[in-house]
Amino acid sequence: MPNRIPNKQAICDVLLDKAADDKNIVVLCSDSRGSASMTPFFAAYPEQSVEAGIAEQDLVGMAAGLASCGKKVFVASPASFLSTRSYEQVKVDCAYSDTNVTLIGVSGGVSYGALGMSHHSVQDIAAIGAIPNMRVYLPSDRFQSARLVETLLEDDKPAYVRVGRSAVPDVYSQDNCPFEMNRATWLRQGTDIAIIACGEMVRPAIDAADLLAHEGIAASVLDMYCVKPLDRDAVLRAASRAKAVLTVEEASPYGGLGSRVAQVVAEECPKPVKSLALPDSPVVTGTSAEVFAHYGLDMAGIASVAIEVLGGAGA
Amino acid sequence: MQSTRELELLRWDLRQDALDIIMAGGGGHIGGDMSVIDTLMVLYERHLRVAPETIADPGRDRFILSKGHAMEAYYSILCHSGFLELDDVKARFSQFGSPYIGHPNNQLPGIEMNSGSLGHGLPVAVGMALAARMDDLDYRTYVVMGDGELAEGSVWEGAMSGSMYALDNLCAVVDRNRLQISGPTEEVMRQDSQEERWASFGWNVLSIPGNSISALDAAFSLAAETKGKPTVIIANTTKGYGSSVMENKASWHHHLPTTEEYERISMDFAARKEAASHAE
Repeated sequence: MPNRIPNKQAICDVLLDKAADDKNIVVLCSDSRGSASMTPFFAAYPEQSVEAGIAEQDLVGMAAGLASCGKKVFVASPASFLSTRSYEQVKVDCAYSDTNVTLIGVSGGVSYGALGMSHHSVQDIAAIGAIPNMRVYLPSDRFQSARLVETLLEDDKPAYVRVGRSAVPDVYSQDNCPFEMNRATWLRQGTDIAIIACGEMVRPAIDAADLLAHEGIAASVLDMYCVKPLDRDAVLRAASRAKAVLTVEEASPYGGLGSRVAQVVAEECPKPVKSLALPDSPVVTGTSAEVFAHYGLDMAGIASVAIEVLGGAGA
Repeated sequence: MQSTRELELLRWDLRQDALDIIMAGGGGHIGGDMSVIDTLMVLYERHLRVAPETIADPGRDRFILSKGHAMEAYYSILCHSGFLELDDVKARFSQFGSPYIGHPNNQLPGIEMNSGSLGHGLPVAVGMALAARMDDLDYRTYVVMGDGELAEGSVWEGAMSGSMYALDNLCAVVDRNRLQISGPTEEVMRQDSQEERWASFGWNVLSIPGNSISALDAAFSLAAETKGKPTVIIANTTKGYGSSVMENKASWHHHLPTTEEYERISMDFAARKEAASHAE
């Protein structure tokens, strides 16, 4: 049976569970408790919930104020608005003041589909990642989302987590979700090409690797949920074994996973790097799946580009 | 607690300290320092329940200087209150590698949050006041803003939430000196009717002569007694207060006085302190 639990709901479930024993967990929303799957939290813990209304600057400023007083604060708001409307509050009040605020950007990337560019957040990875002392995580499925949030609850630094809107196919399972903080998860091992993906692109990257195996091409697949801090060791290990590197992300082509991986590879292990991402323009109208297929961000597209890159690399 | 008579003298010493810090560092936001320094003094000397020994106490009062550029005034009161060493601040302010920068740095003892970009303090203060309520603690949160700062929309987002959550443990101050870097606030972006604006957002409003120690003292007391809503004190101040060299001059928003100006300002401070010492 296909998974029906969106990553954002998995996050809410963790917070619901942990808040029973930890009165310092506080969730803030900006008229977004429904869209962020946080309605159950607001209902169960009204004293630990804060509604900011449609005011993202106030949302993040309040979050930082609460965090400075010892609260473990989670802000759940659409990624498009959270990552740009409150950008300066993220920079100054969260990162610079070093407050324990975890920003959950929900319905990120092109999740909102036909609602258009105002609702898309393809710049969030680059924008938030450019801020010193901000971490950027894109979990690939509900199990990893839960493990990530459980881990973030244990530290006191600011972070940005981007998840999508709808349920996505599982990458892991309840009993098999290897997770180490700030370390990529190896999902396939291969010596022809290293595919490094994050967020919802991990599942199609695995499927593409399996498709490539039928063609006699051995691909490594890394789940690089930690876009910042990037797992440099994993990147270099994967790149050094392969003829080329292919990054896959639901984001702008600049300043995200591809840029970061290319920087590391160019500096320390020069190899051809191909970045598969959304274009530097408003995306075509469609559902997430239609948009991904259009730009080659699906199993077939990833496999096709991998073959092309290996040809170019002289495979 | 110092007597009002002592504060009437202290205000000039604090101004001299701020001026000396500016001279040592090669410049500072002197005009706003001089308008707001009485507010900071009355707050720290009479109302804010925090001391160097209690900077990590969960029950301490919180203060945010949202008009973070008035940092030299903030340094002078932090030094006077024992959080920082004046000689060290003067020696290193704005120097290479120094923690004493031109805006609040919460790596320094006694400073809760970084600021510098305007319009941030009130939302953060709302969060602090909410935390007090969640934790059933009786600390109060104070935030000081400039009047030019009120053009930032985030101020009014914070005004909404402070009122929405009836945060009577929150007190904001607007340093209404009517000048900003480009000129009079009323010419740059009109800030008239502040009393009506804040009242319409649901705040308790106290409009006072903002360089009056007794008025500030009474306003902070009234704010603490007001229940069911947050209080904003519109402190009607004079930019550059304390010396005719700089009073009401927008060009003194950020300035490094010449040696001659420094001496004239210092003489003015000394004269006003002398006059205060003879006042009944």
